[in-house]
Amino acid sequence: MTDKTQSTLTADDHIELDPEVWELRLYVAGQTAKSVAAIANLQRICDEHLPGRYKIEVVDLLKQPQLARGDQIVALPTLVRKLPNPMRKIIGDLSNTEKTLVGLQIRPAGEAKG
Amino acid sequence: MSASDAKLSSNGQYSARIPLEKSPTGIDGLDEITGGGLPLGRPTLICGSAGCGKTLMALEFLVRGIVEYDEPGVFMAFEETPEDLAKNVRSLGFDLDQLVADEKLVIDHVQVERSEIEEAGEYDLEGLFLRLNLAIDSIGAKRVVLDTLETLFAGFQDQAILRAELRRLFYWLKDKGVTAIITGERGDGALTRQGLEEYVSDCVILLDHRVVDQVSTRRLRIVKYRGSAHGTNEYPFLIDEDGLSVLPITSMGLDHEVSNERISSGVAQLDEMLGGEGGYFRGSSVLVSGTAGTGKSSLAGHLAEATCRRGERVLYFSFEESANQITRNMRSIGLNLRKWIDDGLLKFHSTRPTLYGLEMHLAVIHKLVKQFDPTVVIIDPISNFSTNAATGEAQAMLVRLVDFLKARGTTAFLVSLTSGGGALEKTESEISSLVDTWILLRDIELGGERNRGIYVLKSRGMAHSNQIREFLLTSQGIRLMDVYLGPEGVLTGSMRVAQESRERAARLAQEQELHRKRRTIERKRAALQAQIDAMQAELASEEAEFESIHQEAQLRDEQFRTDVSRMSLSRHAQSGNGAHQDAGKEKMQ
Repeated sequence: MTDKTQSTLTADDHIELDPEVWELRLYVAGQTAKSVAAIANLQRICDEHLPGRYKIEVVDLLKQPQLARGDQIVALPTLVRKLPNPMRKIIGDLSNTEKTLVGLQIRPAGEAKG
Repeated sequence: MSASDAKLSSNGQYSARIPLEKSPTGIDGLDEITGGGLPLGRPTLICGSAGCGKTLMALEFLVRGIVEYDEPGVFMAFEETPEDLAKNVRSLGFDLDQLVADEKLVIDHVQVERSEIEEAGEYDLEGLFLRLNLAIDSIGAKRVVLDTLETLFAGFQDQAILRAELRRLFYWLKDKGVTAIITGERGDGALTRQGLEEYVSDCVILLDHRVVDQVSTRRLRIVKYRGSAHGTNEYPFLIDEDGLSVLPITSMGLDHEVSNERISSGVAQLDEMLGGEGGYFRGSSVLVSGTAGTGKSSLAGHLAEATCRRGERVLYFSFEESANQITRNMRSIGLNLRKWIDDGLLKFHSTRPTLYGLEMHLAVIHKLVKQFDPTVVIIDPISNFSTNAATGEAQAMLVRLVDFLKARGTTAFLVSLTSGGGALEKTESEISSLVDTWILLRDIELGGERNRGIYVLKSRGMAHSNQIREFLLTSQGIRLMDVYLGPEGVLTGSMRVAQESRERAARLAQEQELHRKRRTIERKRAALQAQIDAMQAELASEEAEFESIHQEAQLRDEQFRTDVSRMSLSRHAQSGNGAHQDAGKEKMQ
């Protein structure tokens, strides 16, 4: 796992992929089962793969619906990777860890590179 | 109210006794077809292929809602950015930016990029709901447009979730009580690509953009409208600088008002032929047909001139000549149409018949007639329509056109060019039953000349002339001449002139003969009188002679009587008897 992270780091085009801090924003709507699951899953994945290097902001659109427009939120829950650039979005309750990692580009899609 | 409506329809127990509330679209003609507008508080699906005007129609619904009915609206754009939208409709006079600034309109651009989205687990579209909800509540919107919702299908992988969410969305919209338009791309064999019609069951409008013989026509059809009567036909519609207009022509019945008023045809002798009461009926339809160069347009020009002179407006649709060409040509027969154009009473609309389809022509005519509100509409010629359409279609169009104009009480003057080959009356049989007055212009070829003849083939409701008259185009306009019938048939042109002079000569000769005869009689009478005088003189002289003889005899008689009495005195005879006998004797002598 760490090998792979390192290998992506050495690639020129992914040089930004390992900033000091990963900024993540999770949009949810109230305390639904999906919201709760998404928050828990995100916490777990970050602790596992980005220990100490992440910042999670949870936005409840029921309370602040005006924020949905800015990040083009349609589906909920949506996880938005603000940093590193470029912006990525992962929708769903993040129960699929593999896909979440691919979406966050912590793990490259397809596992092709050695 | 709208909430209960929604419940009614979702249970499928709509009662016909409850009148369906409608939200007027403000779109020209659409409200007529739908009987008042879209179902209030319910979603309506507008589907059609690319470029058929879905977005524009939806947007116009919103803008008209704001401007005309003071109902704020939300436009959720899944395809275009607000900037693009505003730019696209600015040419139609819609200032979206201003409406947004006035807090009457919210445009929310929803962008779903498949490439930057990873799906990891369960999700729903609550974000969309929240955005929509926010937009609706922020301005108190009554109308919502989702354009084009199907874009979402490209943005998400899990179609099952999407479908479930869309179903929820439509129920949610109903609960919210907003009148919504959802647009969808036309799919193969289905109304929409993703089968949105499954979810929207209240009202479905199909837009179509068809190209037949390289001519494109936009059409609109209401596929379904639950709980409401609606026009079921395909209606042509038009997108121009004023937005969308739909033509609900066939919804009209045959109950238009009729007028007994006559309007002059501009040709005094023709007015005379039409029963002598002053021309065509106002609001009737007049067909003038004839072969090329028989003066059909000139007749139209006269009508235009006469109508403008009364201060009424004339709309002249020309499908062959430009306005300038017509005014120039009319000047040669003494009609100054330019003056009326400048006065704003006469308006020309010149287009090629092939420019667009029949429906579109009809749409244009409709629109211009409504705008200009003329009392006379001239269409020159109608026959060109059939050149780029099947005859049946052209006829259907003309029926609708005539109906439309009749319903407005506008006099329609249709010019039709008959091709040389067929019989004059036959070629027009498709539309002849439509028109009230049919004037036929024809060539009369005789004596090496080609002249024009005119006759009134039919004219409903008036005692029109049955005469064929010769028709002259002079620098003072149209003149109708009496036609001479010779042994070979109708005489026209120089043969008519020759006949006229022959008749004049004959008349002269006759007069001279008469004169001569009269003189002879005079003479005879004089002679006879002389004879009578002579005979009377003779008679008088004879009478005089007789008188003198008679007097002589009397004298003699008296003399005799005196003699006798003297003799008897001398004889002392009885005077009485002897005298008597003698007198008797003398008479016998």
